[in-house]
Amino acid sequence: MNRRKLEENIFKALMAVSLGLVFLALAGIVLIVLVKGLSSLSWSMIFETPKGGYYLGGEGGIANAIVGSLYLVAGATLLALMVSLPVALALQKEYLGKKFADVTRLMLDILWGTPSIVYGAFGFVIMVWLGLRASLLGGIIVLTLLMIPIMTRAMDEAVRLVPFELKEMAYAMGTTRYETTLAVVLRQAFPGICTGIILAIGRGIGDAASILFTAGYTDEIPRSLFDPVASLPLAVFFQSGTPVPEVQARAYTAALILLFIVLVINIVARLLGWRFSKNIVR
Amino acid sequence: MKRRYKDIVAFASGRVFLVMVNALAVLIFCGLLIKAAPILQTVSLSDLLFSSVWHPMKHQFGLFPFIVSTLAVTLLAMLIAIPICLFASIYLAEYATRRFREVSRLIIDILAGIPSVIYGLCGVLVIVPFVAVLGEKFDVSTAGYSLLAGGLVLAVMVIPFIIAISVEVLRMIPGPFRESALALGATKWETVKYVVLKKARKGLVAAVVLGFARAFGETMAVLMVVGNVAQVPTSIFDPAYPLPALIANNYGEVMSIPLYDAALMSAALILMTVVAVFSLSAHYTLSRLGEHND
Repeated sequence: MNRRKLEENIFKALMAVSLGLVFLALAGIVLIVLVKGLSSLSWSMIFETPKGGYYLGGEGGIANAIVGSLYLVAGATLLALMVSLPVALALQKEYLGKKFADVTRLMLDILWGTPSIVYGAFGFVIMVWLGLRASLLGGIIVLTLLMIPIMTRAMDEAVRLVPFELKEMAYAMGTTRYETTLAVVLRQAFPGICTGIILAIGRGIGDAASILFTAGYTDEIPRSLFDPVASLPLAVFFQSGTPVPEVQARAYTAALILLFIVLVINIVARLLGWRFSKNIVR
Repeated sequence: MKRRYKDIVAFASGRVFLVMVNALAVLIFCGLLIKAAPILQTVSLSDLLFSSVWHPMKHQFGLFPFIVSTLAVTLLAMLIAIPICLFASIYLAEYATRRFREVSRLIIDILAGIPSVIYGLCGVLVIVPFVAVLGEKFDVSTAGYSLLAGGLVLAVMVIPFIIAISVEVLRMIPGPFRESALALGATKWETVKYVVLKKARKGLVAAVVLGFARAFGETMAVLMVVGNVAQVPTSIFDPAYPLPALIANNYGEVMSIPLYDAALMSAALILMTVVAVFSLSAHYTLSRLGEHND
Protein backbone atom coordinates (compact mmCIF):
# COMPACT_ATOMS: atom_id res chain seq x y z
CA MET A 1 0.00 0.00 0.00
CA ASN A 2 2.77 2.40 0.90
CA ARG A 3 4.66 1.73 -2.30
CA ARG A 4 1.61 2.61 -4.36
CA LYS A 5 1.08 5.86 -2.43
CA LEU A 6 4.77 6.65 -2.92
CA GLU A 7 4.53 6.08 -6.68
CA GLU A 8 1.49 8.34 -6.82
CA ASN A 9 3.33 11.09 -4.98
CA ILE A 10 6.50 10.79 -7.05
CA PHE A 11 4.59 11.18 -10.28
CA LYS A 12 2.49 13.98 -8.90
CA ALA A 13 5.71 15.80 -8.02
CA LEU A 14 7.03 15.22 -11.55
CA MET A 15 3.83 16.69 -12.96
CA ALA A 16 4.08 19.73 -10.71
CA VAL A 17 7.70 20.28 -11.78
CA SER A 18 6.82 19.96 -15.49
CA LEU A 19 3.93 22.38 -15.26
CA GLY A 20 6.04 24.71 -13.16
CA LEU A 21 8.70 24.75 -15.88
CA VAL A 22 6.10 25.72 -18.49
CA PHE A 23 4.79 28.60 -16.39
CA LEU A 24 8.34 29.62 -15.57
CA ALA A 25 9.12 29.83 -19.30
CA LEU A 26 6.31 32.32 -19.87
CA ALA A 27 7.19 34.35 -16.78
CA GLY A 28 10.86 34.33 -17.81
CA ILE A 29 10.19 35.51 -21.35
CA VAL A 30 7.82 38.27 -20.28
CA LEU A 31 10.18 39.39 -17.52
CA ILE A 32 13.28 39.42 -19.76
CA VAL A 33 11.57 41.37 -22.51
CA LEU A 34 9.98 43.77 -20.01
CA VAL A 35 13.13 44.50 -18.02
CA LYS A 36 15.50 44.71 -20.98
CA GLY A 37 13.01 46.49 -23.22
CA LEU A 38 11.83 49.17 -20.81
CA SER A 39 15.31 50.66 -20.49
CA SER A 40 15.26 52.15 -23.97
CA LEU A 41 11.52 52.58 -24.37
CA SER A 42 10.59 56.20 -25.01
CA TRP A 43 8.12 58.25 -27.02
CA SER A 44 10.70 58.86 -29.71
CA MET A 45 11.16 55.06 -30.04
CA ILE A 46 7.49 54.73 -30.91
CA PHE A 47 6.84 57.88 -32.92
CA GLU A 48 10.06 58.53 -34.85
CA THR A 49 11.67 56.80 -37.77
CA PRO A 50 15.41 56.03 -37.61
CA LYS A 51 17.56 59.12 -38.12
CA GLY A 52 21.14 59.25 -39.43
CA GLY A 53 23.44 57.05 -37.35
CA TYR A 54 20.54 55.24 -35.68
CA TYR A 55 22.18 51.89 -36.20
CA LEU A 56 25.32 53.15 -34.45
CA GLY A 57 23.33 54.24 -31.42
CA GLY A 58 22.06 57.58 -32.79
CA GLU A 59 18.68 59.28 -32.53
CA GLY A 60 15.40 57.94 -33.82
CA GLY A 61 12.88 55.18 -33.26
CA ILE A 62 11.16 52.27 -34.86
CA ALA A 63 7.95 53.92 -36.05
CA ASN A 64 8.82 52.58 -39.51
CA ALA A 65 8.59 49.00 -38.21
CA ILE A 66 5.44 49.58 -36.14
CA VAL A 67 3.55 51.26 -38.96
CA GLY A 68 4.97 48.76 -41.45
CA SER A 69 3.74 45.80 -39.42
CA LEU A 70 0.30 47.36 -39.10
CA TYR A 71 0.12 48.00 -42.87
CA LEU A 72 1.22 44.45 -43.65
CA VAL A 73 -1.20 42.82 -41.25
CA ALA A 74 -4.13 45.08 -42.13
CA GLY A 75 -3.75 44.30 -45.82
CA ALA A 76 -3.22 40.59 -45.29
CA THR A 77 -6.14 40.30 -42.85
CA LEU A 78 -8.50 41.93 -45.32
CA LEU A 79 -7.41 39.70 -48.21
CA ALA A 80 -7.36 36.53 -46.11
CA LEU A 81 -10.82 37.32 -44.77
CA MET A 82 -12.14 37.60 -48.32
CA VAL A 83 -11.03 34.04 -48.99
CA SER A 84 -11.46 32.39 -45.59
CA LEU A 85 -15.02 33.38 -44.81
CA PRO A 86 -16.53 32.10 -48.09
CA VAL A 87 -14.52 28.88 -47.77
CA ALA A 88 -15.59 28.28 -44.17
CA LEU A 89 -19.24 28.88 -45.11
CA ALA A 90 -19.00 26.77 -48.26
CA LEU A 91 -17.68 23.88 -46.14
CA GLN A 92 -21.16 23.46 -44.59
CA LYS A 93 -22.69 20.13 -45.42
CA GLU A 94 -25.61 21.65 -47.34
CA TYR A 95 -23.14 22.89 -49.91
CA LEU A 96 -20.88 19.97 -50.62
CA GLY A 97 -20.34 16.25 -50.19
CA LYS A 98 -18.39 14.73 -47.33
CA LYS A 99 -15.52 13.60 -49.57
CA PHE A 100 -14.87 17.07 -50.97
CA ALA A 101 -15.12 18.59 -47.50
CA ASP A 102 -12.71 16.04 -46.04
CA VAL A 103 -10.16 16.63 -48.80
CA THR A 104 -10.43 20.40 -48.35
CA ARG A 105 -9.89 20.11 -44.60
CA LEU A 106 -6.89 17.88 -45.26
CA MET A 107 -5.44 20.46 -47.64
CA LEU A 108 -6.03 23.15 -45.02
CA ASP A 109 -4.20 21.00 -42.47
CA ILE A 110 -1.23 20.73 -44.84
CA LEU A 111 -1.24 24.48 -45.45
CA TRP A 112 -1.59 25.14 -41.73
CA GLY A 113 1.48 23.04 -40.96
CA THR A 114 3.62 24.35 -43.81
CA PRO A 115 6.58 26.25 -42.31
CA SER A 116 6.51 30.00 -42.84
CA ILE A 117 9.94 29.94 -44.48
CA VAL A 118 8.39 27.80 -47.23
CA TYR A 119 5.69 30.43 -47.74
CA GLY A 120 8.47 32.99 -47.91
CA ALA A 121 10.36 31.02 -50.57
CA PHE A 122 7.20 30.41 -52.58
CA GLY A 123 6.16 34.05 -52.27
CA PHE A 124 9.55 35.07 -53.59
CA VAL A 125 9.12 32.79 -56.61
CA ILE A 126 5.77 34.41 -57.36
CA MET A 127 7.21 37.90 -56.97
CA VAL A 128 10.04 37.14 -59.37
CA TRP A 129 7.48 35.77 -61.79
CA LEU A 130 5.37 38.92 -61.49
CA GLY A 131 8.43 41.14 -61.68
CA LEU A 132 7.91 42.58 -58.18
CA ARG A 133 10.72 43.65 -55.87
CA ALA A 134 10.58 43.25 -52.09
CA SER A 135 7.63 45.46 -51.28
CA LEU A 136 4.57 46.04 -49.14
CA LEU A 137 2.49 44.23 -51.75
CA GLY A 138 4.80 41.20 -51.73
CA GLY A 139 4.70 41.03 -47.95
CA ILE A 140 0.92 41.32 -47.92
CA ILE A 141 0.55 38.52 -50.47
CA VAL A 142 2.75 36.12 -48.50
CA LEU A 143 1.15 36.97 -45.16
CA THR A 144 -2.27 36.43 -46.75
CA LEU A 145 -1.26 32.92 -47.83
CA LEU A 146 0.08 32.25 -44.33
CA MET A 147 -3.09 33.51 -42.63
CA ILE A 148 -5.68 31.82 -44.86
CA PRO A 149 -5.37 28.33 -43.35
CA ILE A 150 -5.28 29.64 -39.75
CA MET A 151 -8.37 31.77 -40.29
CA THR A 152 -10.31 29.22 -42.31
CA ARG A 153 -9.77 26.40 -39.82
CA ALA A 154 -10.91 28.50 -36.88
CA MET A 155 -13.96 29.78 -38.78
CA ASP A 156 -14.81 26.29 -39.99
CA GLU A 157 -14.83 25.08 -36.38
CA ALA A 158 -17.15 27.92 -35.41
CA VAL A 159 -19.49 27.32 -38.34
CA ARG A 160 -19.63 23.59 -37.62
CA LEU A 161 -20.67 24.27 -34.03
CA VAL A 162 -23.92 25.92 -35.16
CA PRO A 163 -26.64 23.39 -34.26
CA PHE A 164 -28.21 21.84 -37.33
CA GLU A 165 -31.69 22.03 -35.75
CA LEU A 166 -31.43 25.80 -35.81
CA LYS A 167 -30.75 25.78 -39.53
CA GLU A 168 -33.55 23.29 -40.09
CA MET A 169 -35.97 25.71 -38.46
CA ALA A 170 -34.93 28.38 -40.93
CA TYR A 171 -35.24 25.97 -43.85
CA ALA A 172 -38.70 24.92 -42.65
CA MET A 173 -39.78 28.51 -43.08
CA GLY A 174 -38.77 28.36 -46.72
CA THR A 175 -35.44 30.21 -46.70
CA THR A 176 -32.72 29.35 -49.17
CA ARG A 177 -29.28 28.13 -48.07
CA TYR A 178 -27.87 31.58 -48.78
CA GLU A 179 -30.44 33.33 -46.60
CA THR A 180 -30.00 30.84 -43.79
CA THR A 181 -26.25 31.31 -43.92
CA LEU A 182 -26.56 35.07 -43.67
CA ALA A 183 -29.32 35.24 -41.09
CA VAL A 184 -28.60 32.26 -38.85
CA VAL A 185 -25.14 30.79 -39.37
CA LEU A 186 -23.17 34.04 -39.56
CA ARG A 187 -24.88 35.41 -36.48
CA GLN A 188 -24.41 32.22 -34.49
CA ALA A 189 -20.80 31.73 -35.51
CA PHE A 190 -19.88 35.41 -35.11
CA PRO A 191 -17.79 35.12 -31.93
CA GLY A 192 -15.91 32.13 -33.34
CA ILE A 193 -15.28 33.96 -36.59
CA CYS A 194 -13.94 37.01 -34.73
CA THR A 195 -11.68 34.79 -32.65
CA GLY A 196 -10.38 33.17 -35.83
CA ILE A 197 -9.59 36.53 -37.41
CA ILE A 198 -7.81 37.76 -34.30
CA LEU A 199 -5.79 34.56 -33.92
CA ALA A 200 -4.64 34.86 -37.53
CA ILE A 201 -3.67 38.49 -36.91
CA GLY A 202 -1.62 37.39 -33.91
CA ARG A 203 0.24 34.80 -35.96
CA GLY A 204 0.69 37.13 -38.92
CA ILE A 205 2.10 40.07 -37.02
CA GLY A 206 4.80 37.98 -35.33
CA ASP A 207 5.98 36.04 -38.34
CA ALA A 208 9.43 36.98 -39.57
CA ALA A 209 10.56 34.13 -41.82
CA SER A 210 7.87 34.62 -44.47
CA ILE A 211 8.45 38.35 -44.98
CA LEU A 212 12.22 38.20 -44.76
CA PHE A 213 12.71 38.35 -48.54
CA THR A 214 9.28 39.47 -49.64
CA ALA A 215 8.74 42.69 -47.68
CA GLY A 216 12.33 43.88 -47.37
CA TYR A 217 13.36 46.45 -44.76
CA THR A 218 13.60 50.22 -44.90
CA ASP A 219 13.91 53.23 -42.62
CA GLU A 220 11.04 55.00 -44.37
CA ILE A 221 7.33 54.54 -43.89
CA PRO A 222 6.13 53.16 -47.26
CA ARG A 223 4.17 55.55 -49.48
CA SER A 224 2.90 53.05 -52.03
CA LEU A 225 2.26 49.32 -52.32
CA PHE A 226 5.48 48.92 -54.25
CA ASP A 227 7.80 50.42 -51.63
CA PRO A 228 9.70 48.06 -49.34
CA VAL A 229 8.41 48.03 -45.78
CA ALA A 230 9.92 47.45 -42.32
CA SER A 231 8.26 45.18 -39.76
CA LEU A 232 8.51 44.61 -36.01
CA PRO A 233 9.75 40.99 -36.02
CA LEU A 234 12.47 41.89 -38.50
CA ALA A 235 13.32 44.99 -36.45
CA VAL A 236 13.91 42.65 -33.50
CA PHE A 237 15.96 40.27 -35.63
CA PHE A 238 18.19 42.80 -37.39
CA GLN A 239 18.82 44.97 -34.33
CA SER A 240 19.74 42.01 -32.14
CA GLY A 241 22.33 41.01 -34.74
CA THR A 242 24.27 44.30 -34.61
CA PRO A 243 27.42 44.66 -32.49
CA VAL A 244 26.41 48.06 -31.02
CA PRO A 245 25.02 47.60 -27.46
CA GLU A 246 22.57 50.54 -27.72
CA VAL A 247 21.04 49.07 -30.84
CA GLN A 248 20.89 45.61 -29.26
CA ALA A 249 18.97 47.11 -26.34
CA ARG A 250 16.52 48.53 -28.84
CA ALA A 251 15.91 45.02 -30.17
CA TYR A 252 14.38 44.28 -26.77
CA THR A 253 12.27 47.42 -26.99
CA ALA A 254 10.98 46.32 -30.39
CA ALA A 255 10.34 42.88 -28.87
CA LEU A 256 8.46 44.51 -25.98
CA ILE A 257 6.18 46.40 -28.36
CA LEU A 258 5.61 43.25 -30.43
CA LEU A 259 4.94 41.12 -27.34
CA PHE A 260 2.53 43.75 -26.01
CA ILE A 261 0.57 43.74 -29.29
CA VAL A 262 0.44 39.93 -29.38
CA LEU A 263 -0.68 39.68 -25.73
CA VAL A 264 -3.41 42.28 -26.24
CA ILE A 265 -4.58 40.46 -29.37
CA ASN A 266 -4.73 37.15 -27.49
CA ILE A 267 -6.66 38.59 -24.58
CA VAL A 268 -9.09 40.51 -26.77
CA ALA A 269 -9.77 37.33 -28.76
CA ARG A 270 -10.66 35.51 -25.56
CA LEU A 271 -12.82 38.30 -24.17
CA LEU A 272 -14.69 38.61 -27.46
CA GLY A 273 -15.45 34.91 -27.57
CA TRP A 274 -16.61 35.12 -23.98
CA ARG A 275 -18.78 38.22 -24.31
CA PHE A 276 -20.53 37.36 -27.54
CA SER A 277 -21.17 33.75 -26.61
CA LYS A 278 -23.88 34.97 -24.21
CA ASN A 279 -26.25 35.53 -27.15
CA ILE A 280 -25.62 32.17 -28.74
CA VAL A 281 -27.96 29.22 -28.80
CA ARG A 282 -26.21 25.99 -27.96
CA MET B 1 -37.16 33.54 -58.38
CA LYS B 2 -34.63 36.24 -57.57
CA ARG B 3 -33.93 34.50 -54.27
CA ARG B 4 -33.19 31.25 -56.04
CA TYR B 5 -30.61 32.98 -58.29
CA LYS B 6 -28.93 34.59 -55.31
CA ASP B 7 -28.58 31.18 -53.73
CA ILE B 8 -27.09 29.74 -56.90
CA VAL B 9 -24.62 32.61 -57.26
CA ALA B 10 -23.55 32.21 -53.61
CA PHE B 11 -23.12 28.47 -54.12
CA ALA B 12 -21.03 28.95 -57.26
CA SER B 13 -18.75 31.56 -55.76
CA GLY B 14 -18.29 29.39 -52.67
CA ARG B 15 -17.18 26.56 -54.95
CA VAL B 16 -14.68 28.83 -56.68
CA PHE B 17 -13.08 29.77 -53.37
CA LEU B 18 -13.04 26.14 -52.25
CA VAL B 19 -11.23 25.07 -55.41
CA MET B 20 -8.79 27.96 -54.93
CA VAL B 21 -7.88 26.85 -51.43
CA ASN B 22 -7.48 23.25 -52.54
CA ALA B 23 -5.29 24.35 -55.42
CA LEU B 24 -3.09 26.46 -53.15
CA ALA B 25 -1.26 23.56 -51.48
CA VAL B 26 -0.75 21.87 -54.86
CA LEU B 27 0.36 25.16 -56.37
CA ILE B 28 2.97 25.79 -53.67
CA PHE B 29 4.30 22.26 -54.06
CA CYS B 30 4.48 22.47 -57.86
CA GLY B 31 5.99 25.96 -57.77
CA LEU B 32 8.81 24.74 -55.53
CA LEU B 33 9.21 21.60 -57.64
CA ILE B 34 9.57 23.54 -60.90
CA LYS B 35 12.07 25.92 -59.34
CA ALA B 36 14.06 23.09 -57.73
CA ALA B 37 14.18 20.80 -60.78
CA PRO B 38 17.15 22.46 -62.59
CA ILE B 39 19.48 21.38 -59.77
CA LEU B 40 19.11 17.76 -60.83
CA GLN B 41 20.72 18.55 -64.19
CA THR B 42 24.12 19.04 -62.58
CA VAL B 43 23.83 17.23 -59.25
CA SER B 44 22.42 13.75 -58.81
CA LEU B 45 19.64 13.23 -56.29
CA SER B 46 21.82 11.08 -54.04
CA ASP B 47 24.59 13.71 -54.11
CA LEU B 48 22.06 16.41 -53.29
CA LEU B 49 20.73 14.50 -50.29
CA PHE B 50 23.81 12.66 -49.04
CA SER B 51 26.88 14.67 -50.02
CA SER B 52 28.48 16.84 -47.35
CA VAL B 53 30.23 19.16 -49.76
CA TRP B 54 28.58 22.59 -49.85
CA HIS B 55 30.42 24.93 -52.20
CA PRO B 56 27.81 26.93 -54.14
CA MET B 57 30.57 28.77 -56.02
CA LYS B 58 31.90 25.45 -57.38
CA HIS B 59 28.41 24.10 -58.09
CA GLN B 60 28.62 21.55 -55.31
CA PHE B 61 25.35 21.43 -53.44
CA GLY B 62 25.37 18.70 -50.80
CA LEU B 63 22.47 19.20 -48.41
CA PHE B 64 23.49 16.38 -46.05
CA PRO B 65 24.91 18.56 -43.22
CA PHE B 66 21.75 20.67 -43.25
CA ILE B 67 19.43 17.67 -43.27
CA VAL B 68 21.34 16.06 -40.38
CA SER B 69 21.31 19.37 -38.47
CA THR B 70 17.56 19.77 -38.91
CA LEU B 71 16.88 16.21 -37.77
CA ALA B 72 19.30 16.47 -34.83
CA VAL B 73 17.97 19.77 -33.54
CA THR B 74 14.36 18.64 -33.88
CA LEU B 75 14.92 15.25 -32.24
CA LEU B 76 16.83 16.87 -29.39
CA ALA B 77 13.96 19.29 -28.87
CA MET B 78 11.42 16.46 -28.85
CA LEU B 79 13.54 14.48 -26.38
CA ILE B 80 13.44 17.42 -23.98
CA ALA B 81 9.82 18.30 -24.67
CA ILE B 82 8.10 14.89 -24.56
CA PRO B 83 8.43 14.05 -20.83
CA ILE B 84 7.53 17.60 -19.77
CA CYS B 85 4.52 17.66 -22.11
CA LEU B 86 3.35 14.24 -20.98
CA PHE B 87 3.42 15.03 -17.26
CA ALA B 88 2.04 18.53 -17.63
CA SER B 89 -0.86 17.42 -19.80
CA ILE B 90 -1.70 14.49 -17.52
CA TYR B 91 -1.89 16.90 -14.63
CA LEU B 92 -4.06 19.37 -16.54
CA ALA B 93 -6.39 16.72 -17.91
CA GLU B 94 -6.70 14.35 -14.94
CA TYR B 95 -5.81 16.10 -11.69
CA ALA B 96 -6.44 19.82 -12.13
CA THR B 97 -9.67 21.54 -11.15
CA ARG B 98 -11.71 23.06 -13.92
CA ARG B 99 -10.72 26.58 -12.97
CA PHE B 100 -7.00 25.78 -12.89
CA ARG B 101 -7.28 24.02 -16.24
CA GLU B 102 -8.87 27.06 -17.84
CA VAL B 103 -6.30 29.46 -16.47
CA SER B 104 -3.49 27.14 -17.59
CA ARG B 105 -5.06 26.89 -21.01
CA LEU B 106 -4.91 30.66 -21.30
CA ILE B 107 -1.24 30.72 -20.27
CA ILE B 108 -0.37 27.92 -22.70
CA ASP B 109 -2.21 29.63 -25.56
CA ILE B 110 -0.32 32.84 -24.86
CA LEU B 111 2.98 30.94 -24.83
CA ALA B 112 2.09 29.31 -28.15
CA GLY B 113 1.31 32.71 -29.64
CA ILE B 114 4.59 34.44 -28.78
CA PRO B 115 6.46 35.24 -32.02
CA SER B 116 9.50 33.08 -32.69
CA VAL B 117 11.94 36.02 -32.88
CA ILE B 118 11.15 36.73 -29.23
CA TYR B 119 11.97 33.13 -28.31
CA GLY B 120 15.19 33.56 -30.26
CA LEU B 121 16.03 36.81 -28.50
CA CYS B 122 15.55 35.26 -25.06
CA GLY B 123 17.49 32.20 -26.22
CA VAL B 124 20.48 34.35 -27.15
CA LEU B 125 20.35 36.07 -23.77
CA VAL B 126 19.75 33.07 -21.50
CA ILE B 127 20.23 29.72 -23.19
CA VAL B 128 23.38 30.42 -25.23
CA PRO B 129 25.43 31.54 -22.18
CA PHE B 130 23.97 28.63 -20.21
CA VAL B 131 25.17 26.16 -22.85
CA ALA B 132 28.59 27.83 -22.89
CA VAL B 133 28.89 27.37 -19.11
CA LEU B 134 27.66 23.79 -19.44
CA GLY B 135 30.31 23.19 -22.11
CA GLU B 136 33.02 24.37 -19.74
CA LYS B 137 31.83 21.88 -17.11
CA PHE B 138 32.25 19.06 -19.65
CA ASP B 139 35.58 20.42 -20.92
CA VAL B 140 34.25 21.21 -24.37
CA SER B 141 35.10 24.54 -25.91
CA THR B 142 31.92 26.09 -27.23
CA ALA B 143 30.64 29.61 -27.77
CA GLY B 144 27.20 28.40 -26.76
CA TYR B 145 25.74 28.76 -30.24
CA SER B 146 25.15 25.05 -30.70
CA LEU B 147 22.85 22.16 -31.42
CA LEU B 148 21.94 22.01 -27.73
CA ALA B 149 20.96 25.69 -27.60
CA GLY B 150 18.80 25.22 -30.70
CA GLY B 151 17.19 22.13 -29.20
CA LEU B 152 16.42 23.88 -25.91
CA VAL B 153 14.85 26.94 -27.56
CA LEU B 154 12.87 24.74 -29.91
CA ALA B 155 11.68 22.60 -27.00
CA VAL B 156 10.35 25.65 -25.15
CA MET B 157 8.56 26.67 -28.35
CA VAL B 158 6.82 23.35 -29.09
CA ILE B 159 5.92 22.44 -25.51
CA PRO B 160 2.78 24.64 -25.31
CA PHE B 161 1.75 23.43 -28.75
CA ILE B 162 2.00 19.73 -27.81
CA ILE B 163 0.39 20.22 -24.39
CA ALA B 164 -2.66 21.93 -25.91
CA ILE B 165 -3.33 18.95 -28.20
CA SER B 166 -2.46 16.29 -25.60
CA VAL B 167 -4.89 17.73 -23.05
CA GLU B 168 -7.66 17.62 -25.67
CA VAL B 169 -6.79 13.99 -26.44
CA LEU B 170 -6.82 12.97 -22.78
CA ARG B 171 -10.09 14.78 -22.14
CA MET B 172 -11.68 12.79 -24.97
CA ILE B 173 -11.28 9.49 -23.05
CA PRO B 174 -14.74 8.75 -21.64
CA GLY B 175 -15.14 8.98 -17.85
CA PRO B 176 -16.49 5.45 -17.23
CA PHE B 177 -13.06 3.98 -18.11
CA ARG B 178 -11.53 5.85 -15.20
CA GLU B 179 -14.42 5.09 -12.87
CA SER B 180 -14.19 1.35 -13.40
CA ALA B 181 -10.46 1.36 -12.68
CA LEU B 182 -10.95 3.50 -9.58
CA ALA B 183 -13.77 1.22 -8.42
CA LEU B 184 -11.36 -1.74 -8.61
CA GLY B 185 -9.20 0.02 -6.06
CA ALA B 186 -6.57 1.54 -8.34
CA THR B 187 -4.96 4.78 -7.23
CA LYS B 188 -5.40 7.79 -9.48
CA TRP B 189 -1.93 7.39 -10.95
CA GLU B 190 -2.52 3.68 -11.61
CA THR B 191 -5.74 4.58 -13.40
CA VAL B 192 -3.83 7.02 -15.56
CA LYS B 193 -0.98 4.59 -16.18
CA TYR B 194 -2.96 1.45 -16.97
CA VAL B 195 -6.19 2.83 -18.44
CA VAL B 196 -6.04 6.42 -19.63
CA LEU B 197 -2.58 6.38 -21.20
CA LYS B 198 -3.29 3.06 -22.90
CA LYS B 199 -6.49 4.44 -24.40
CA ALA B 200 -4.89 7.74 -25.38
CA ARG B 201 -1.65 6.35 -26.78
CA LYS B 202 -2.42 6.93 -30.45
CA GLY B 203 -3.66 10.45 -29.89
CA LEU B 204 -0.65 11.36 -27.77
CA VAL B 205 1.70 10.04 -30.46
CA ALA B 206 -0.17 12.18 -33.00
CA ALA B 207 0.26 15.22 -30.75
CA VAL B 208 4.01 14.59 -30.58
CA VAL B 209 4.19 14.07 -34.35
CA LEU B 210 2.43 17.40 -34.90
CA GLY B 211 4.92 19.01 -32.54
CA PHE B 212 7.75 17.42 -34.53
CA ALA B 213 6.34 18.81 -37.77
CA ARG B 214 6.02 22.25 -36.19
CA ALA B 215 9.59 22.15 -34.87
CA PHE B 216 11.02 20.81 -38.13
CA GLY B 217 10.27 23.96 -40.09
CA GLU B 218 10.83 26.53 -37.35
CA THR B 219 13.21 29.16 -38.66
CA MET B 220 13.99 32.38 -36.84
CA ALA B 221 14.42 31.25 -33.23
CA VAL B 222 16.67 28.36 -34.20
CA LEU B 223 18.62 30.46 -36.68
CA MET B 224 19.50 32.92 -33.92
CA VAL B 225 21.03 30.40 -31.50
CA VAL B 226 22.27 27.41 -33.49
CA GLY B 227 25.55 28.79 -34.84
CA ASN B 228 25.02 28.26 -38.58
CA VAL B 229 28.19 26.40 -39.55
CA ALA B 230 27.83 24.10 -42.56
CA GLN B 231 29.18 20.83 -41.15
CA VAL B 232 27.78 17.56 -39.88
CA PRO B 233 27.57 18.12 -36.10
CA THR B 234 29.27 15.40 -34.04
CA SER B 235 28.26 16.46 -30.54
CA ILE B 236 25.45 18.50 -29.05
CA PHE B 237 27.95 21.31 -28.35
CA ASP B 238 28.81 21.64 -32.05
CA PRO B 239 27.21 24.37 -34.08
CA ALA B 240 24.67 23.18 -36.64
CA TYR B 241 22.94 24.61 -39.70
CA PRO B 242 19.33 23.48 -40.23
CA LEU B 243 17.56 23.72 -43.59
CA PRO B 244 15.24 26.64 -42.72
CA ALA B 245 18.22 28.68 -41.51
CA LEU B 246 20.05 27.86 -44.75
CA ILE B 247 17.18 29.25 -46.79
CA ALA B 248 16.71 32.32 -44.61
CA ASN B 249 20.41 33.23 -44.53
CA ASN B 250 21.20 32.83 -48.20
CA TYR B 251 18.14 33.79 -50.14
CA GLY B 252 19.18 37.41 -50.58
CA GLU B 253 22.29 36.57 -52.60
CA VAL B 254 21.09 33.66 -54.73
CA MET B 255 20.71 35.57 -57.95
CA SER B 256 24.44 36.01 -58.50
CA ILE B 257 25.29 32.29 -58.46
CA PRO B 258 23.68 29.93 -61.00
CA LEU B 259 21.65 27.02 -59.59
CA TYR B 260 21.95 28.40 -56.05
CA ASP B 261 18.26 29.27 -55.98
CA ALA B 262 17.39 25.79 -57.25
CA ALA B 263 19.40 24.27 -54.39
CA LEU B 264 17.59 26.41 -51.82
CA MET B 265 14.24 25.60 -53.42
CA SER B 266 14.98 21.89 -53.10
CA ALA B 267 15.68 22.54 -49.41
CA ALA B 268 12.26 24.21 -49.13
CA LEU B 269 10.71 21.30 -51.01
CA ILE B 270 12.23 18.80 -48.57
CA LEU B 271 10.89 20.82 -45.64
CA MET B 272 7.40 21.04 -47.08
CA THR B 273 7.25 17.36 -48.01
CA VAL B 274 8.41 16.09 -44.62
CA VAL B 275 6.11 18.43 -42.71
CA ALA B 276 3.14 17.58 -44.94
CA VAL B 277 3.62 13.83 -44.49
CA PHE B 278 3.95 14.13 -40.72
CA SER B 279 1.06 16.49 -40.18
CA LEU B 280 -1.23 14.55 -42.52
CA SER B 281 -0.66 11.29 -40.67
CA ALA B 282 -1.15 13.01 -37.31
CA HIS B 283 -4.35 14.77 -38.38
CA TYR B 284 -5.67 11.52 -39.81
CA THR B 285 -5.07 9.75 -36.49
CA LEU B 286 -6.64 12.59 -34.52
CA SER B 287 -9.77 12.76 -36.68
CA ARG B 288 -10.28 8.99 -36.40
CA LEU B 289 -9.90 9.26 -32.64
CA GLY B 290 -12.91 11.57 -32.42
CA GLU B 291 -15.09 9.17 -34.43
CA HIS B 292 -14.30 6.18 -32.21
CA ASN B 293 -15.34 7.81 -28.99
CA ASP B 294 -18.61 9.24 -30.26
